[in-house]
Amino acid sequence: MAYVVGALFAAAIYMMLRRSIVKLVIGLMLLTNAANLLVFVVAGMTRGAPPLIAEGASVPGALVADPLPQALILTAIVIAFGVLAFSVVLIHRAYEVVGTDDLDQMKDTDT
Amino acid sequence: MLLAVLSGFLLAIAAPWLCPLFKDRVGWFMALLPASLFLYFASMLPEVAAHGPQVVEYSWFPALGITLNFLIDGLSLMFALLISGIGTFILIYAGGYLKGHPDLARFYVLILSFMASMMGLVLSENLITLFVFWELTSITSYLLIGFNHEDPAARRSALQGLFVTVAGGLALLAGLIMLGTVAGTYSLSEILNSGEALQDHGLFTAILLCILAGCFTKSAQVPLHFWLPNAMAAPTPVSAYLHSATMVKAGVYLLARLNPAFGEAELWTLMLCLFGGLTMFTGAFMALTHTGLKKMLAYSTIMALGTLVMLIGIGTPTAMIAFACFLFGHSLYKGALFMVAGILDHETGTKDVAAMGGLRGLMPYTAIFAAIAALSLAGLPPLFGFVAKELMLEAVLEAPLLQNLLLVLAVGAGVCVMVVAAVIAIKPFYGPLKPTPKDPHEAPPSMLAGPVVLATLSLLFGLLLFIPESLLIEPVVAAVYGEPVAVSLSLWHGINLPLMLSGLVLLLGIGVFLFWSRIQPQIAILREFLGRFGPEAGYFKIMEGLTKGATWQTSVLQNGKMGNYMIVLVLTTFMLTGYTLMERQGLRLWLDLGGSQVHEWMVAVLLVMAGGVASLTSSRLGAVASMGVLGFSVALVFILFSAPDLGITQVLVETLTVILLVLVLFRLPGFVRLSSTYERVRDAVVALFAGAVVTLLVLAVIEIQYFESISAFHIENSVTLGYGRNIVNVILVDFRALDTLGEIFVLALAAIGVYSMIKFRPEAKEKS
Amino acid sequence: MKSNTLILQTAAIYITPLQLLFSVFLLLRGHDEPGGGFIAGLMASSAFVLYMFSYGVTATRNLFKIVPVDMLALGLILGMISGLPAMFLGQPFLQAQWWDIPLLGDATLKLSTPLIFDIGVYLAVIGTTLMIVVALMESETDHPSGNGD
Repeated sequence: MAYVVGALFAAAIYMMLRRSIVKLVIGLMLLTNAANLLVFVVAGMTRGAPPLIAEGASVPGALVADPLPQALILTAIVIAFGVLAFSVVLIHRAYEVVGTDDLDQMKDTDT
Repeated sequence: MLLAVLSGFLLAIAAPWLCPLFKDRVGWFMALLPASLFLYFASMLPEVAAHGPQVVEYSWFPALGITLNFLIDGLSLMFALLISGIGTFILIYAGGYLKGHPDLARFYVLILSFMASMMGLVLSENLITLFVFWELTSITSYLLIGFNHEDPAARRSALQGLFVTVAGGLALLAGLIMLGTVAGTYSLSEILNSGEALQDHGLFTAILLCILAGCFTKSAQVPLHFWLPNAMAAPTPVSAYLHSATMVKAGVYLLARLNPAFGEAELWTLMLCLFGGLTMFTGAFMALTHTGLKKMLAYSTIMALGTLVMLIGIGTPTAMIAFACFLFGHSLYKGALFMVAGILDHETGTKDVAAMGGLRGLMPYTAIFAAIAALSLAGLPPLFGFVAKELMLEAVLEAPLLQNLLLVLAVGAGVCVMVVAAVIAIKPFYGPLKPTPKDPHEAPPSMLAGPVVLATLSLLFGLLLFIPESLLIEPVVAAVYGEPVAVSLSLWHGINLPLMLSGLVLLLGIGVFLFWSRIQPQIAILREFLGRFGPEAGYFKIMEGLTKGATWQTSVLQNGKMGNYMIVLVLTTFMLTGYTLMERQGLRLWLDLGGSQVHEWMVAVLLVMAGGVASLTSSRLGAVASMGVLGFSVALVFILFSAPDLGITQVLVETLTVILLVLVLFRLPGFVRLSSTYERVRDAVVALFAGAVVTLLVLAVIEIQYFESISAFHIENSVTLGYGRNIVNVILVDFRALDTLGEIFVLALAAIGVYSMIKFRPEAKEKS
Repeated sequence: MKSNTLILQTAAIYITPLQLLFSVFLLLRGHDEPGGGFIAGLMASSAFVLYMFSYGVTATRNLFKIVPVDMLALGLILGMISGLPAMFLGQPFLQAQWWDIPLLGDATLKLSTPLIFDIGVYLAVIGTTLMIVVALMESETDHPSGNGD
């Protein structure tokens, strides 16, 4: 799994280095997914033991997936959605105003 | 006590409303505050004189050991009295001087804030608090020098003052923090008691130099004195208050304050004597090269500051008595003289002393009190300045180091000051009446009040020496010297060496004065030379270099190419991470495939493929589709590895994301190949490098766990405390609910941002 | 954007309410089983989005009794309010409080501040998503060319 995360990071960063602003956004999405997976993988992966507690019991079974990173990732996913929506609309506006999607040309538009 | 310090700020806030309310009388009204403060502090005098220092405590940041304690001893009380006392007259004076000025309210806001900061500075018992007030005085001073902000010269002088004092302030902060760390406390009174332990410490020299740098810049010691004369661009009340009586003495105050702890060190004595002595002479001599009244006074202030520093450096009991007297006397006569200069400037419209003459008939009171104050400046009996100067000479004769040099400097400075005093007292008022830009007449009472009272005090205290003796001077000397010293002042010491030196100074002074109008243009040439090669030129060089450096740096680092920023960021981050990783863990490459199942493999392959396709495809639809695949694969991973909540969330978010992308991306242009092959290869290398580091990082982290996870707590307490069996959800809404609350606020912000970007277009505004 | 596919329209009529219902179910059971405010909120928003795709923005707008912005605000306020009871009881902000309210028969209603909080999250998520999507869809109708101005 570590290799998968690494590969995703590489793809994300490659995309973010592109000059097209659209590719930048795609890179951003890749990066969020990669980061979420990173946290998930680092926390240790457990098969078939969701962090749920059986009815009536007060502690879960002996081995259970770590709930904390899951909570973090859940938050991260939703936040990422918000950020994505924001950035997508932002670049759309920027494109409308500036008329280019080339980041290198955008630098001259500061006024 | 707290109120006493903060009342200045409070009144400053109220000033803009008070100004229109009281119209022309606002100066008198404002002066009520410092006047009452003066009485308040004066009422403390007998107690401090009898019982020694007192500490008033308020806690501020208890966790950091920063308190708002106030230390009241002879030294701080003397300063507090000077600040409030002179402040009273300055405020009254300013009411007359700036009568009808459109920005009068702003002036009062600033000067009252300054007064409060200064008060806080001298009363603080804590080093950090002291520093905060120290910087506040620098800032208010900056604003006051630049009060006529439409004048470029004023702005430049203000900036210069700010740069020099703040640069010194930075050094001071470093020094104070080191001092605090070494001493283990930021409390002044405790530091003063641990002098010997400090001097044995290895950092002592560094501390000392840093603090000296701070004090020397603030108190305009050579070679950093040049900002002070330039600060005369400020309105005269400001110059009189900040740049002669109070702020510039802050450095002197701190030196005197720390003297009990540092005084034993040889380096301290040497530095203070050397710089103080040089400053004293330079200031006095430079005063002669000018004809502008305020400039002359400014340089003579530098002379006084140098003298004070030198006296602290000498450090004998006599020097301390001389210090106290000189400090007190100087504030009195210099405040008065500055106000006189302001009156002359205000009434005649010129600052050049050579252009004035014969004003005695028109302005009799100004002339009389200017003469008294000038006599005190010159150090002639029976004024208080004479006592101070006699003591100063006596102290110089006791100097442990550089005695001969200091003596020559002191006598030279004395001669120059004598001439300056004579010029100020005589030139404008005697001789034939010269035409001036304005029609001069006697100043209004509000402007005369200050010089009259201050000059009278100079005379009174000179004649009745027993009043300041035990009440003021003795506590100050005790505070500066570190232990009580018996003080007895007198005008007549019998015929001794200091008196003879005074006589010599007097004779030489009169001699030089008689030829002043001839000598002055000669030495003014020197000024031009100094202007080109002196320290001020150095300051401009440094500023220029800074600007150039900044321009160069900006053009290199901030070149506006997003890609470059990204590469720098990515490389830095991952190189540092990678380096640490290698250093700490070494290389760990392993592939544990035990237990992985076929469908898991498939998901993994799917992920990598989706990522690859998304980054390499040339069609937008392809990219979006592969993003979808990627998202759902991630969801699969979540579900396979025991995170049902995450799985569901991911699926739903992915759906919405794809919709969003479809809605927006297709209004943007298609993918065009923008980068050259070289750039692509470069970026690919960077990206692959980052990916490799992340892989290694993950591999390392999985194996090592430094800290025990706090998840155990959540798992165990989910039912008992949170009454929920879905631990993830319990964490979200209960254990970490504040985070979640923050999160939904972020979401709301994003939504509002999107909404406003879409709804409020600039075109729509133009239409409406 | 409005799809005129009969199949989608017919399906949407049935699926949308079902999805909404399911989202409430997810919300309420969130504390014990997989589910919760975020998931439920996303589920509900996707229900509305589906409806939007089949019947258009205007129809969807008419479906709401309250505007998405208000929903968002309501969600935030609920989240804040749920923290207050603990403060009145002298505990830290957002400390959970539980009340068991007995109902008829055996059942008890487990009412709690985390539940209120979760509902707040639910509303906030719906509000956010709908605000964004509605705004985008409407701008789509304004600028059918899609090439910007």
